Amino acid sequence: MEMGMQRQTWRTHSCVPRRQSCRRLALQNEDTSRKVSTRHARVRAPRCASILACLVFAAMAAAQTRYPSPDDLVISPDGTRLYAVLSGTGEVVAIDTAKRAIAGRVPVGKVPRGIAITPDGARLYVTNSWADTISEIDAATMQPLRTLPAGFEPTGIAFDGRGTLYVANRLSDDVAVVDLASGAITRRLISAHGASYAAASADGSRIYVTHIYPMLGQFRTPTRSEITEIDTRSQIVTNRISLPDAAGVFHVALSRDGRLGLAALLRPRNLVPLAHVEHGWAFGDSLAVFGEDIGGVVQLPLDAIEDYFSLPFGVAIAPDKKRAYVSASGSNEVAVLDLARLVAAARSPSAARMANDLSAASRYVIARIPVGRNPRNIALSSDGATLWVANRLDDSISIIDTARMAVTGSIALGAPATLTAERRGERLFYSSAVAFGNSFGCANCHLDSTFDGLNWDLEPDGFGIDIVDNRALEDIADTSPFKWNGQNPDLQTECGPRTERYFFRSQGFRGDDLEDLVSYIKAIPLRPNRYRAPDGELTPAQERGKAIFLRTNRKDGTPIPEGSQCFVCHSGKYYTNQLVADVGTGKPTDRSPLIDTPELTNVVNSAPYLHDGSAHTFEEIWTIFNPKDQHGVTNDLAKDELNDLIEYLKTL
Amino acid sequence: MRATIIAAFLAASALFAQDLPRFRWENFTTANGLPDNRVYSVCVDGGRIWAGTDNGLALYENGKWRVFTTADGLAHRAVLYLALDKKTHTLWIATMGGLSRYSAGRIDSFTQLNSGLPNDVVYGVTVQGDLVWVATAAGGARLDTRTNQWSIFNERNTPMYEIWTYNVTAAEDKVYYAVWGSGVLEYDVKTERWLKYDDPDNENEIVLFKDQGLIHEITTSVSYVNKILWAATYFGASRYDGRNWRNFLEKDSGLPSNFLNQVKTVDGTRTWFSTDKGLAYYDGVQWATYRPALDTHAPEMLVRDAAGTVTHVAVTTAPAFHYTFGIDFQNDDIWVATAKGLSHGIRMKPGDK
Repeated sequence: MEMGMQRQTWRTHSCVPRRQSCRRLALQNEDTSRKVSTRHARVRAPRCASILACLVFAAMAAAQTRYPSPDDLVISPDGTRLYAVLSGTGEVVAIDTAKRAIAGRVPVGKVPRGIAITPDGARLYVTNSWADTISEIDAATMQPLRTLPAGFEPTGIAFDGRGTLYVANRLSDDVAVVDLASGAITRRLISAHGASYAAASADGSRIYVTHIYPMLGQFRTPTRSEITEIDTRSQIVTNRISLPDAAGVFHVALSRDGRLGLAALLRPRNLVPLAHVEHGWAFGDSLAVFGEDIGGVVQLPLDAIEDYFSLPFGVAIAPDKKRAYVSASGSNEVAVLDLARLVAAARSPSAARMANDLSAASRYVIARIPVGRNPRNIALSSDGATLWVANRLDDSISIIDTARMAVTGSIALGAPATLTAERRGERLFYSSAVAFGNSFGCANCHLDSTFDGLNWDLEPDGFGIDIVDNRALEDIADTSPFKWNGQNPDLQTECGPRTERYFFRSQGFRGDDLEDLVSYIKAIPLRPNRYRAPDGELTPAQERGKAIFLRTNRKDGTPIPEGSQCFVCHSGKYYTNQLVADVGTGKPTDRSPLIDTPELTNVVNSAPYLHDGSAHTFEEIWTIFNPKDQHGVTNDLAKDELNDLIEYLKTL
Repeated sequence: MRATIIAAFLAASALFAQDLPRFRWENFTTANGLPDNRVYSVCVDGGRIWAGTDNGLALYENGKWRVFTTADGLAHRAVLYLALDKKTHTLWIATMGGLSRYSAGRIDSFTQLNSGLPNDVVYGVTVQGDLVWVATAAGGARLDTRTNQWSIFNERNTPMYEIWTYNVTAAEDKVYYAVWGSGVLEYDVKTERWLKYDDPDNENEIVLFKDQGLIHEITTSVSYVNKILWAATYFGASRYDGRNWRNFLEKDSGLPSNFLNQVKTVDGTRTWFSTDKGLAYYDGVQWATYRPALDTHAPEMLVRDAAGTVTHVAVTTAPAFHYTFGIDFQNDDIWVATAKGLSHGIRMKPGDK
């Protein structure tokens, strides 16, 4: 049943009719050149039959178009094989590093994201983020062996070298400890919010886990994240390396001697109006530098003035500890860092003040090497001579000669010959080229096409006016209007020229680019809901909650005004009537109390809540922010009934 | 001559009590770094000792106390009870202002406003695998840490007629709540059904039906080990083996008082009691009480044998105070939370003086 539902989701992803994009797609099947397709699109009176045939063909082609989308990489201990996780096609490919060619492939679960290898190179373990499982693979034969359990949306994975996997579960905010002998989860360790990437120290004694969402702190206070450190002998969390002012934290790597750690991270400037992009006040693209070599942790910038190193993602440290490498998934490059200089900067008395210093990176960044689009993780050969880069949106792997600090080759991973509008839009979505100084793109806030867990002060309307929570983008095609005040009737308006003024300070999206971008956003699929049983049957608590959601009378029998009945505003397939309403959640700093009724699909995943993100949890929506029963009648509910309502909302 | 008599008395009393644990007591107060002398609870995590006080949570490690307050994220300054998840070493903290969770230096708090917790006054907490059971002033609750689902247990879905749950204990098969004014509530894990145990003479403080049921409705603590349930009340203690009840009162047992704050059994038989008049121990036959004497405050250990004969055992140290709240074990040692400090009972070997 779940498989069937999944296929349906993917079909929706690929082939929801969109007039503009299908027209262009049809024409692109004749010629993949953008210019040609655009020119053809301007033909005013094509024959109807041909057009229809093209449309049907394009829709079918789009439905079948799956791009490999390499995400994570790992190298075999003997260096002869590079394994790449293809999140788009749901596979792992083995690449012969000498021949620089694909030597084998194996299908895994839905949307695989992370990979780990045993020290003897015999086994691969891959997280299937949409199936909540781990695939165990025989690395020599590329045959699947077992499917192991994980938590909700397993992403990063690390092996302790002895017999235990540590799996970062993004949606359950924990780390599953999986015993390979029994194939069972033996414990779940508490992480921070959005556990996503994991790395083991070379001796396997420590595991480090990072998180793509910030921890939920006080409203409108600086962000905070952590690196969760696990001792593998005791299998418990022994340290939480605090990262003040950090939000999204991505890959983490340890030096071979275990004394130095690096983690790529974003430092958002979400507390001030997004009106100072040109002054570096949107994001700081940084590294957390930690470990015994540092004697603590400091954050050092990777950006340069007017030349940002956007969305740092993958990290590798050379075996001789002379260099480190970081990929920038927004500005499409790899930075080469001199580790001695980096450590010196991190240990300098001024290190704490360096985090926002756009001149600091010149002290330790010695080169920035352009690579393919949306580089994700990177892997360094054991001799440190070759760096492999997974270019997710080019469906290729760049090969960097680290001595020359240059790309010397590329391996194509078998992408379809045509580029769909969605794929072109996805490239735009993940690119920071649109913003001043390459500083950020859509994906900075919509991490992995989701959200960032932050509230922002976007418009130049003064400090603290119209604070807005970042909304998720899953399956929103039919949920117009957009923006929390509901003023943007379609995504073309939401994502179009206004982004130049309100976001990027350089240019906005227009014309074909805008249509492509909108096509992509509309195609972002809904992730599997972890709280709804595969057969759709609700638990008793969920059933009780549903009854509350659908009720029309208070507990004392008096009728609830229609506008205060949950299901009236939160109606339809997406649980929104697509209208604005004043539900009493507006703040004095909001210019209007009228708020767009948000869709509720997978709302469980997107805390904090309300239009400004002031409610950290579902409960707070009603225990704190609904004193007058304007946002649904809830004040007659007992606490257990409110809990039931929340259990139901989790299933939507 | 006098010295000889005293020596003989000491030797005789030591011999008499050799089967009962004897301790050398070390006491911690604010003078040693505790944030408050009123210590409600204590929890042992290997070599680390957690103390829940009226003014914060304290951790004793490597000879030093570290204090956690609301500034560190603690839900309330008054920490009433502590429970350790032995798998993950996560500490669950019951406070007067919510339930807090400590893990590797980070404290997260759950309140009635930000979570499904039924009430912020949390008296008790225990861990059962992925489940955390909580006793609050407005019913019991269970948090499934895997799904973050909260379930509330109160008068609407259990047989309790008071919802002031005071303590909870769990094993693989059963969960027991001490419900202040409503006896003991049993949850059967397999059948998911609730059962209630009441005082057969209701709220009558005269025991009419001894050993025929729970001693009193005002229960304060429960402890369940090896399928043996112990319940502490303000009017005596009860033991239930699944078939028979046995009650213990000050007048007919070695309990120094009927006013019990906590009961904690080691194996179903060997059981400890924190009372308002000292720390008590029962080994199935004999009783012992450890305290500063109520009148002179001199260290005191009383032993009551099976025949009911009470003997004084000469001791040189005692717990910090006779009013005791909480108990936990550290191998053969014991830690006791009292109203005037935290006490560490270091187990003495036979022959130690």
